Amino acid sequence: MKGSSQLGALAVSFLTISLLAFGGANAVIPEMHRQAVEVAHWMTDREFVSLYALAQAAPGPNVMVVTLIGWHVAGLAGALVATMAMMGPSVLLTFFAYRLWSFFRHRPWLNAIQNGLTPVTVGLVSSSAFLLAQASNHGTLAYGVTAATAALTYWTEINPLWVFGVAACLGGFGLL
Amino acid sequence: MTDLSLPSSAPPPAPSLREIFLSFVLVSVMGFGGVLPWARRMIVERRRWLTEAEFLDLLALCQFLPGPNICNLSIAVGARFGGVKGSAAAFLGITGLPFVIVIALGALYGKYGGAPAVTDALLGVSAAASGMILAMAARLSRPLLVRRPGEAAPVMILVFAAVALLRLPLPWVLAGAIPLSVGISWWRRG
Repeated sequence: MKGSSQLGALAVSFLTISLLAFGGANAVIPEMHRQAVEVAHWMTDREFVSLYALAQAAPGPNVMVVTLIGWHVAGLAGALVATMAMMGPSVLLTFFAYRLWSFFRHRPWLNAIQNGLTPVTVGLVSSSAFLLAQASNHGTLAYGVTAATAALTYWTEINPLWVFGVAACLGGFGLL
Repeated sequence: MTDLSLPSSAPPPAPSLREIFLSFVLVSVMGFGGVLPWARRMIVERRRWLTEAEFLDLLALCQFLPGPNICNLSIAVGARFGGVKGSAAAFLGITGLPFVIVIALGALYGKYGGAPAVTDALLGVSAAASGMILAMAARLSRPLLVRRPGEAAPVMILVFAAVALLRLPLPWVLAGAIPLSVGISWWRRG
């Protein structure tokens, strides 16, 4: 059955990614891209970027791009499987870790793990930004949009919706 | 309504499952490009379920664990006030409506996504989104680069090179980078 093997492949991909997502969904964009475009050939580079942008333009957690990837591959069943696979392991882990949190919160080894994970997360998140910029930007002006958004987000409290709106218009009129 | 009531010393009563669910539904549709700031506003300022310090403590747990931070946070907050049921209510609240919305968008995209103007507009959004993620990386890295640049910077560069430039599979990269980085921070502790 082609359908059920697609669902199985979606489940395996996202079950793995779930427990590797240190820093959340925005830390694992390169791995999602690698799985969806290069390994499983579920979509083209351009489709991946479009789905990512669509998820960003919708309200809600950033992780919903996973739902769209599942939808693209196998419809509603795919969306459910991908979402549950991405959320299930980390959600269970959080539930049990929360119950133990008061016991190990102040242990020195926990501090070492936290301090050690942050630079890894920074490396992952900046890789995501790099990959996404590379996949979506085809000219100087597009990189200008990326740089301007980075500066505005870093130094001001601007609502992302305005930035997305302006960027969508620039793109839609063929300026990027 | 409960919002904007005057601060008082007595904590409000523990929220019901229905309140937990509806509050997270509200948070889920307010944020674009991330809903964490809205969750803080709702949990700490409006509902006063947690103090700022309690919230930051839970957030530290959720950011340190893998997985989407906001979903982890919904699980922890739900568990605190309603055990397994509380977690389920909060989790369904934060993911339910966004799930329906992206599916609707996905269906529209399936219908009209072929139009060049649509694809080009989405490329624009993606260009902006990559900038937003870059800013997120910069914000995360700032305290590290101020306090302990010597140990943090090499790990950041190594992970970036492995994932972004060499395009290595993530499990391999993390299997190498996490023990290395945690080892360094254990060795340099105190």
